[in-house]
Amino acid sequence: MALSKEEVSRIAELARLKLDDGEVEKFTTQLSYILEQFQILQEVDTTDIPPTAQATPIKNVLRKDEVKPSLSVEEVLANAPDREGDFLRINTVLG
Amino acid sequence: MEFETVIGLEVHVQLSTRSKMFCGCSADYAGASPNTHVCPVCLGLPGVLPTINEEAVRYTVMTALALNCSILEETKFDRKNYFYPDLMKGYQISQYDAPIGKKGRLEIGPAEAKKRVAITRVHLEEDVAKLLHRDGYSLVDVNRSGVPLMEIVSEPDIRSPEEARDYLVKLRSILQYLGVSTANMEEGSFRCDANISIRPVGSSELMGKVEVKNMNSFRAVYRALSYEEERQRKAFISGEKIAQETRGWLEEGITVLQRSKEYAHDYRYFPEPDLPPLALSAEYINGVRKSLPELPEARQKRFITDYGLSPYDSMVLTTDKAMADYFESCIDLDKSKPVPEYAKEVANWLLGEFSHNLASAEINIDNSPVAPDKLCRLISLIDEGKITMAVAKDVLAEMFSSGGDPYDIVQARGLLQISNSAELEEVIKEVLANNPQAVSDYQQGKPQAIKFLVGQVMKRTKGRANPNLAADLLSKKLEVK
Repeated sequence: MALSKEEVSRIAELARLKLDDGEVEKFTTQLSYILEQFQILQEVDTTDIPPTAQATPIKNVLRKDEVKPSLSVEEVLANAPDREGDFLRINTVLG
Repeated sequence: MEFETVIGLEVHVQLSTRSKMFCGCSADYAGASPNTHVCPVCLGLPGVLPTINEEAVRYTVMTALALNCSILEETKFDRKNYFYPDLMKGYQISQYDAPIGKKGRLEIGPAEAKKRVAITRVHLEEDVAKLLHRDGYSLVDVNRSGVPLMEIVSEPDIRSPEEARDYLVKLRSILQYLGVSTANMEEGSFRCDANISIRPVGSSELMGKVEVKNMNSFRAVYRALSYEEERQRKAFISGEKIAQETRGWLEEGITVLQRSKEYAHDYRYFPEPDLPPLALSAEYINGVRKSLPELPEARQKRFITDYGLSPYDSMVLTTDKAMADYFESCIDLDKSKPVPEYAKEVANWLLGEFSHNLASAEINIDNSPVAPDKLCRLISLIDEGKITMAVAKDVLAEMFSSGGDPYDIVQARGLLQISNSAELEEVIKEVLANNPQAVSDYQQGKPQAIKFLVGQVMKRTKGRANPNLAADLLSKKLEVK
């Protein structure tokens, strides 16, 4: 099952990723290949197997309610595209 | 045509844990400088692993039990995906199809007319970052993101804005008794969204359901829902279609369209792969059940039986946990006094003058400058006949403003009650001389004229005269005349 370039552009838009034409081309091939692999997985008969989101039988992983140190403001904002004082600055959003 | 109103409420409560829901950052962000309570988990950086705060789970189980919910043996977290910059990760960790508690109930209204509101679910999730909107751009403070947030959803069993308010007051009271949240609406630790629609009485069909947001006080909820039921009624009568939409409450007294709901959000919920499910054992649940403190309803009943208070006084006193604690401190301070009389006296002061002083100073009883022992001493001064009720009210007001001791205030201002006949005789002589009209009214068979004369005596003594003694002395003088 092959994806179209339009579909890849749309997915990139939904994921808020900016792709140039070369990248769209590249990911169209790669994503189509991934879909093909899943196509193969789809053929496995899973009728009697309950769906799961966990790969292990682990349950009840909890932690005590204890405060640990946070990052410094500089570390928090290190990846921010823009800042104002100690705030992250972003484009206007409408509530 | 007669309409009925159908309301369901969704309440978000910040839990009073020390750390956040899935990481060790401090959850106490009030007053913190921006972005100082933030770690890689809060930011959703690649490779991080969130871990569930056991105290937040316990608080949610406590709440679900107090609301008579059944607790799911196996519960889990899910990702709720949406694009809005209040989420760093692009999703909120919430609970979708296996909430911690389901199918509970909350009873509202007075004992003789209880109404049951069904609780759909109680689940646990994380709070989001705070956005500050500026001209042309927005600022993000991530401190709040990840604070444990409990959501309590009611069935649409509520039929009026009054019932909605009663529900919220009762719910807040239970949360405060449980000690799981400060549950303060103005500070944002208790938030309410409402779904409201109207329908002709007797019909089970629902019209367009409107979600109302942005209500920051109990009064705002009441006003917004009253406004909205009237707006919908008018729209229905004039043949308009009531659209399914989200509206925001504005303090000037109206709701305005925020967004239409034609395009339902697709949150693409899926199980959170980073968090293994929770299996809550019967033993654990029973342990939490046993640890539940006394709840408002039980305390109300106890106040009636132990202190002989009326159901109404008990209800008002126990709704606010801090008020009920204050009341019991007063009772414990003076065990020598006869219980029902003394309890009634304390209750009257707390529900009357005391609450009045709190309200005018806009302070919470927790921060009252008048501690229980001081109020007790004030009441003792009255009981011992040292001051009159009228004086006591003034003294209380001064205790509120200066934080002083009632006895010191009474001494300093010379407010001791005049219970000495000789001292009062002088005043009475003057009052009789200055009010010949009232004197002759009394003598011509209008006994109520004496009340006016007693009032004059009180006025001249600035409230210090013992009113019974004054009335006695006055009537004796008048008989003689």
